[in-house]
Amino acid sequence: MKISGKMASFFNFLLGDSARAFGALSVALVALLAVVPAADFLRDWRGYQKRYLRLVRGRSDATSLTRRFQPGLQQIWMPELGVVDRCPTCHSALREASLGDVKDQPFRPHPPIPHSVTGFGCVMCHRGQGAATTVEEAHRSTKSWEDPILPARYLESSCGQCHMERLTGTPLLNQGRQTLARYGCVRCHVIKSPDGVAMTGTDDPPSLAHIGAKTTREWIAAWLKNPQAYASSATMPNFQLPDDDIRDLSAFLIAQSTPYLASREAAPKVPTDDRALKNGASLFGESFCSSCHAIQNAAGMLVGGNLGPELTRIGSKAKPEWLADWLRDPRVYDPDTQMPHYRLDAQQRGLLMAFLGNKTDPDFLGNRHFDPPTSVQIDHGRALVNERGCAACHEINGVKKADNFAPELTLVGSRPLAKILFAPGVAHTLPDYIAAKIRQPRSFSTSLKMPQYTLAPEQVEALVTALLAQTERAQKMPTALRIPPRRASDYHAAGQAGRLMEDLRCFSCHTINGRGGDMAPDLTWEGTAVTRPWLVNFLKNPNTLRPALIRRMPKFNLTDAEADTLADYIMTVYQTPAFDRDSIDSSRFTRADAEHGKELFYGKYACQSCHIVDPDKDKGYIGPTLTQTGARLNAAWVFHWLKNAESLRPGTLEPVWKSSDEDARALSAFLVAQKIAPQTEPAKK
Amino acid sequence: MNRTWWAWVIPMMAGVGACARHPATPLEPQPKAFGAEVILVSGDKQVAGVGAQLDQPVVVQVNDSKGSAVAGAPVRFAAAGGVAFQPDRGLTGSDGQFTTNVSLGGMAGPYQIVAATTDSSGKRAEVRIEEIAVGYQERLGQQLNAIHCIRCHDPESTPERVSNHDNLSAQAHAFTEGAVLNAISDANLIAIISHGGAALNKSPEMPPYGNRLTKSEIDALVAYIRAVSDPPYRPQGVFYATN
Repeated sequence: MKISGKMASFFNFLLGDSARAFGALSVALVALLAVVPAADFLRDWRGYQKRYLRLVRGRSDATSLTRRFQPGLQQIWMPELGVVDRCPTCHSALREASLGDVKDQPFRPHPPIPHSVTGFGCVMCHRGQGAATTVEEAHRSTKSWEDPILPARYLESSCGQCHMERLTGTPLLNQGRQTLARYGCVRCHVIKSPDGVAMTGTDDPPSLAHIGAKTTREWIAAWLKNPQAYASSATMPNFQLPDDDIRDLSAFLIAQSTPYLASREAAPKVPTDDRALKNGASLFGESFCSSCHAIQNAAGMLVGGNLGPELTRIGSKAKPEWLADWLRDPRVYDPDTQMPHYRLDAQQRGLLMAFLGNKTDPDFLGNRHFDPPTSVQIDHGRALVNERGCAACHEINGVKKADNFAPELTLVGSRPLAKILFAPGVAHTLPDYIAAKIRQPRSFSTSLKMPQYTLAPEQVEALVTALLAQTERAQKMPTALRIPPRRASDYHAAGQAGRLMEDLRCFSCHTINGRGGDMAPDLTWEGTAVTRPWLVNFLKNPNTLRPALIRRMPKFNLTDAEADTLADYIMTVYQTPAFDRDSIDSSRFTRADAEHGKELFYGKYACQSCHIVDPDKDKGYIGPTLTQTGARLNAAWVFHWLKNAESLRPGTLEPVWKSSDEDARALSAFLVAQKIAPQTEPAKK
Repeated sequence: MNRTWWAWVIPMMAGVGACARHPATPLEPQPKAFGAEVILVSGDKQVAGVGAQLDQPVVVQVNDSKGSAVAGAPVRFAAAGGVAFQPDRGLTGSDGQFTTNVSLGGMAGPYQIVAATTDSSGKRAEVRIEEIAVGYQERLGQQLNAIHCIRCHDPESTPERVSNHDNLSAQAHAFTEGAVLNAISDANLIAIISHGGAALNKSPEMPPYGNRLTKSEIDALVAYIRAVSDPPYRPQGVFYATN
């Protein structure tokens, strides 16, 4: 009663007569109208712009900084890219390099990158809500917007939206894409590059069609239990199967295995004495098996390459008769293997078998022993193979590769957070979700099929980076902006030499005409570079050219005829169109030319930093030894190499000298005068 | 006995209650021993991309006043600028050491990390550790360094890469040698990289890379050299080539 009475008198006081009512309503209206400008006046960005002006006021270039400063809302708008960025409203100094010493955001200038900030905008790389005008909404996920700023560690993913080729500046993205292909991710998940091409695996999962000939059921079981216990470098993930499932899977895999066309040649006699083991080890070393295969040394360190599987416990895996066949010609068992066909004789094969057969680990196999498989076990094993998707990677008799076995990840980098079920303890951001999923897939649900990978933290970070590049924006990007990858060529050499090159798997290590590995030099113009006698000798007996390399050309034990066939082909076909191999006649070099070249070699060019000409004096071993340049290289090649080596062999470490004709001629004269008769060895017939 | 039991349980319950809202914050571990000093074992002066985790973990050790390792002593890591530790606190292991994985902040530049321990009276002892975060340009320089420069400029060999450093008659400077390299201006560094050592009366064993690398690649290399310099590089005014 009392309160309503007071209210009544208050209203009476305000609106009692018309003049008072007019005055009071006017005041109220003015106050109401002031709300909008006041709210506008108090916006975040106005404060930042004022702070920026205060910041630059005391600096030596204050005048030009202030002149370039644009007040008010700033916006980068690129309709064709779907970019509306108001970030420069607060980040006023993005293009002011002279503010490099400022450490406080939002006033740091943008670090140098190959793109202009105004040409691409901010959200293309950093994500976030470009149209927002408050700090909170621009950077973090809010109720209405949920694309927060991308953490700096994953920034390289944004390069991957347009760049499908390998960039020097994005090592993490490159590693991530390589890991997706090498660890078989792309065999279950479809991941399409922005140009619509699905990524393909670069791992070489073995066919299991003849597995029974290669290994035992006990080994299969131990391997399935924990592949990394067999080889720490194994890329096969752990499917975390119960022992009963492992028993039944191994039963099925042995049961489906068919015999392969084994050689009828008797297996070589395997010596067992200590000397044979030692000689086997030397032969393993001399054949440069370790260029591709790693073996754990006594200290537990892996020594060797990763092109082929690790061989630390091969003796516990391979059946001797299979190993004998494999060493004779790997393609009999696996026509697609990357392993070259070494021409080993029976005695050499025996030595290698002794050495490899001795690489056993009884702990790995444990006490497993299986009775012959029952049909119930085999049927259950078959069901498991289908359920677990084994055929996505491996060829298995009677099992078809399932399509769309796992969710497609083409757009995983744009997956809306609202559609993601987070496991407990995972931060609610997309990168954290993807990382958690890769680290421990089953933590999201024990019924998930995705296996457990053994990855280093850096590999996980790389994978997340590569997956975050798979955005909707990348798919919608104008085609002109996409930088396509260098697609592998399917070059094959022709004829008898071509067949020989396939047999020796030259392309596993060497690149020729865009196809092949990167372990060894590109041979596209090799015929212009080398002399035929040297090449024939090298093919038969490769000697050390580059002392700093640990991966070396193996000795294939070629016959004279084989070496001749290869040399003829290389000398005829692999010729650069840029100049003629015989265009410089080395017999016309004078002694004075060579003397001058020597001065240049040791003086102006200091070639001895990387190359050895005088083995007693020179020490550099980055580049090939040049003691037999005259026997090995053509004068014209040396001359043009000194002009521009990069154009002759892309990726070479040799600097581009752009030497004058006179210098290049003198150096060529000095180098082709270097001849030491190569050691010859009677060829194998 | 009973009283001790309650004295433990009540603060723990309170602690659990307080942490329930922030499950990321672990419980403060109860120290089992105390040391007098904390020293760095390994993991300083690493270079990583902005926001990225360092390749090697940072390992510190707590010693008592006689210099022997103390197990079960408290260690706490802290740093400014968005550096994250996994974990950021804990007790030293049986060898007196504590290991943490460090992710640097989102801005390029040097970062300082403080590892601290307390003695029984609550007095702090600490060690400062430097790490370096590199942005795009420096990272590009780091990659180019690994291709073109490292064989001569890094005295350390790895199984995959044998160092050529000791085969040269003029010793190539490691890029961390700030005492030497900070005194060379950007313009001179660019001149040496582009035209070779001979261009500035230095050893011709440094070849010219001006025709091999682009201008922006050489800039990236210089940015990388400046980023890893120890002591840190501080630009002063404008430089001009002196030779």
